[in-house]
Amino acid sequence: MPAVEFNSLTLEVNEEGFLTDSSQWTPEVAETLAKEVGIDELTEQHWKVITFCREDAAKQGAPPGLRRISKLSGVNMKELYQLFPKGPGKLAAKVSGLPKPQGCI
Amino acid sequence: MTTTTLNEPATTGAAVTENKEQPEPIQRVSIICSKGTLDMAYPGLIMANGARMNGIDAMVFFTFWGLDIVTEKKMDHLHVATVGNPSMPIPTMVGGLPGMEAMASTMMKKQMDDLEIPSVREMIEILHDSGAELYACRMAMDMFKLEKEDLAPQIDDVLTVMDFYDKSAGSQIIFI
Repeated sequence: MPAVEFNSLTLEVNEEGFLTDSSQWTPEVAETLAKEVGIDELTEQHWKVITFCREDAAKQGAPPGLRRISKLSGVNMKELYQLFPKGPGKLAAKVSGLPKPQGCI
Repeated sequence: MTTTTLNEPATTGAAVTENKEQPEPIQRVSIICSKGTLDMAYPGLIMANGARMNGIDAMVFFTFWGLDIVTEKKMDHLHVATVGNPSMPIPTMVGGLPGMEAMASTMMKKQMDDLEIPSVREMIEILHDSGAELYACRMAMDMFKLEKEDLAPQIDDVLTVMDFYDKSAGSQIIFI
């Protein structure tokens, strides 16, 4: 299994780069994961999305799809694409330390 | 701090042989929507949106009956075909009775609503916001005597088939 080393902590990730153990996630881990997908700095708006995704996943038991994020996080669809230009559908979940969303919308 | 590249597949896993090259990821898709029934509208819209969510460039070209998907007067009233549709669980003769098509369409829309699938109009808005390019076919517009003002405001332009190919450079083309 691939792993990414961060300080003295080794993070287990799957072959697509998603954390396999969501409890290993910390804000610093998010920054590391963000850099891996080409986001150099996490802005306040990124954090708004990440916080929503983690809270929603904890409540729902599954990571939110993109439409759900755009409707409930307070960050609209257009901005989500600006924040995660390489594909907000999976990257919002990835940076949030959640599994790849299973929905199609 | 050291990091390994997360995007690369496992090099230690037994399933990955050493010299095997990874296939090129898809960079861009051009989706042609040529049908105007509800069941043929969604596949193109969902696939284009899925591409954008996955970081793939997408454009959708609406031609022939597919123009209904983006024509202001029609896009909120697309129907399921109850006749000539072998997957429909009712006989064609029954499907042809007055009101059957409307009823089947209402039922399908209700079901989609329950599953939180967006309406056609919302799908077009989502696609536009996602940065997907949306185009209407020049020849079909002429045939149906439509002007750009008759279409949803999210439509970027009206294209000829040659324009379509120019804008599809490097694309995978999908016809629906």
